[in-house]
Amino acid sequence: MEDEQSFSDICGGRLALQRRFYSPSCLEFCLSCPRITLRSLTAVTCTVWLAAYGLFTLCENSMILSAAIFITLLGLLGYLHFVKIDQETLLIIDSLGIQMTSSYASGKESTTFIEMGQVNDVVINEAIYMQKVIYYLCILLKDPVEPHGISQVVPVFQSAKPRLDCLIEVYRSCQDILAHQKATSTSP
Amino acid sequence: MVLKAFFPTCCASADSGLLVGRWVPEQSSAVVLAVVHFPFIPIQVKELLAQVQQASQVGVTVLGTWCHRRQEPEESLGHFLEGLGAIFSHKPWFQLCRERGSKSWRCKATHWQGPASPATSGEDQVILIFYDQRKVLLSQLHPPTALPDCQAGDTTASAGGLAAVFDTVACSEALFQSDRFDEGPVRLSHWQSEGMETSILVELAKWAAGPVCLFLACLLSLISAASACRVFRLWPLSFIWSRLSTCEQLRHRLEQLTLIFSTRKAKNPTQLMRKANMLVSVLLDVALGLMLLSWLHRKDLIGQLADALIPVADHVAEELQHLLQWLMGAPAGLKMNRALDQVLGRFFLYHIHLWISYIHLMSPFIERILWHVGLSACLGLTVALSILSDIIALLTFHIYCFYVYGARLYCLKIRGLSSLWRLFRGKKWNVLRQRVDSCSYDLDQLFIGTLLFTILVFLLPTTALYYLVFTLLRLLVVAVQGLIHLLVDLINSLPLYSLGLRLCRPYRLAAGVKFRVLEHETGRPLRLLMQINPLPYSRVVHTYRLPTCGCHPKHSWGSLCRKLFFGELIYPWRQRGNKQD
Repeated sequence: MEDEQSFSDICGGRLALQRRFYSPSCLEFCLSCPRITLRSLTAVTCTVWLAAYGLFTLCENSMILSAAIFITLLGLLGYLHFVKIDQETLLIIDSLGIQMTSSYASGKESTTFIEMGQVNDVVINEAIYMQKVIYYLCILLKDPVEPHGISQVVPVFQSAKPRLDCLIEVYRSCQDILAHQKATSTSP
Repeated sequence: MVLKAFFPTCCASADSGLLVGRWVPEQSSAVVLAVVHFPFIPIQVKELLAQVQQASQVGVTVLGTWCHRRQEPEESLGHFLEGLGAIFSHKPWFQLCRERGSKSWRCKATHWQGPASPATSGEDQVILIFYDQRKVLLSQLHPPTALPDCQAGDTTASAGGLAAVFDTVACSEALFQSDRFDEGPVRLSHWQSEGMETSILVELAKWAAGPVCLFLACLLSLISAASACRVFRLWPLSFIWSRLSTCEQLRHRLEQLTLIFSTRKAKNPTQLMRKANMLVSVLLDVALGLMLLSWLHRKDLIGQLADALIPVADHVAEELQHLLQWLMGAPAGLKMNRALDQVLGRFFLYHIHLWISYIHLMSPFIERILWHVGLSACLGLTVALSILSDIIALLTFHIYCFYVYGARLYCLKIRGLSSLWRLFRGKKWNVLRQRVDSCSYDLDQLFIGTLLFTILVFLLPTTALYYLVFTLLRLLVVAVQGLIHLLVDLINSLPLYSLGLRLCRPYRLAAGVKFRVLEHETGRPLRLLMQINPLPYSRVVHTYRLPTCGCHPKHSWGSLCRKLFFGELIYPWRQRGNKQD
């Protein structure tokens, strides 16, 4: 079962939240970030090449122009492979764990899996980000030494940065599954 | 309650039979290791499982039945399969079923209460997780953070659900020994059932490794014994050995080679990786050294280098003389104290003259020495670089001497000045209390003290300028040597075997796992595919870095500046604590 909703992120860009319901114990949320636009790409390329041409008229060395082309290409490849995240996915499987996947624009995927035994809770936190106060969803990990303590806070959807309404949707479904998991784990 | 069943992908196309594996009650998960095919005799199956349990310390039991049929199973088969549950009693009893040629699976887990009351048996929801048995067997899990109070090697089954799965598969090697060509009483299906995979080269290497290691270990012990007895006998030699970085590097390599060829087997995978990394590092080093040697000999660079060395040394000495002449005049428009200037300048000029004479004395032997030194490159590129660093140190020995003279003079002056400044104010350094106390001086003490203080203050600019110039030169030489040492450290400590393994066989070094949800139909159990998440490159380098000589500068920038200001000598590469001069 799949449904899609449209939300906005903290800067006003459009996000698409896809929710896939595989079973009562397995849920997947897929948040798609706004894609790289032709306008921004053209703007950056033109700026770099204008600067390079300005330097060339000063120095009369044609190596500057080839260097500018290389820099633009390598910069674009590096940006697509290491910086630009297209999609962020959160997969929750009852009694197994929570998995977070980030897909980059070049196709690279980086995955982190947290076992259910390490998860204390999933909460929405406030944070001060530049000049704004934003909400973010995070997973609290258990401290192995202290049973009720928290050892680490793992934020989710870090590059998509959705607003509170989207976070509440995800939070409610996560809490349903966690409550069900706690209920079954305490009963023998 | 939700149960998890880990099923190997290689058994997904196997014929019907019994599921054999391990049940982990803390995680409520069943790890299926193999499938036993019909026909079988239950006693023999139980004997086989007891043997495996004894060999591997893993509790392997019959977990349930596996049914791979063309259409819906017949009623008689259904009863037969349930009857098996009575023979091999296990709670919960799994019944996996798959229709041949389709992707629809069915799984039932029942708690068998007994044949008298089948109605009270409960059914639980099951999640099927497929895993690649070969990859899970060969991979090594690296936990994310090692807490300081956790013991190393604490990967028992109770720590982490997935570590339990990995451990179970890794420890059950005894179960995977028989393949389908064996004539044993029980027919198994697992990842090696098509035939055990092995390689002739690997087997030959293992067989030859024993005697070769023994021979090389004896040779290396002889070499280290010889080097040990000679060093401690004569004092000047031991002093020189500790100064040269070449000897450090050779000793380091000797230690590494002794470790690689030792006849003791590696106790755990980490030690095995370390041995492999060292071996690859040594081989690469020797290969690069041989390439350098062939390049030097092809262009006859050694002859050219020997011819160029004396003119370069002359040129450096000439530049130093120009510098001293400049200092003896009015450097940068500053007015120096004429007498002190002339004394220091002439002293250093004479020193340079001595140095040049020694270099010219050595010039006939330079080419022979360089040729022999060039041969040492076949021991490795790191040895060649260390020799280069030592040659630079020897050629710039006069700069080092000038720096030491200038620093000592300046240090003496600064100490004198601070002590006389205290006298000027009427205070004294109390050695017992380690603090400054007031003191009443006599008149003649004050008179002489003030006189000396004035003299030292007016001579300070000259000494300080000489100190500054020679310290800068010394720092330049130290920086060049530092770069060479950095390169040598890099070659020494980079774990190339681990990086190569991460590139070519990423499943061997696992940071964790990742799951993918397979096609799902309502009413059927949830199916997931478990894949191995490989370790990122930065963590590979961090975990498997080889220990180096430890030639790191011990000072922070602050303490370095403080030492420079007060004229204390800096020894950036001395880790043994021997003081020169």
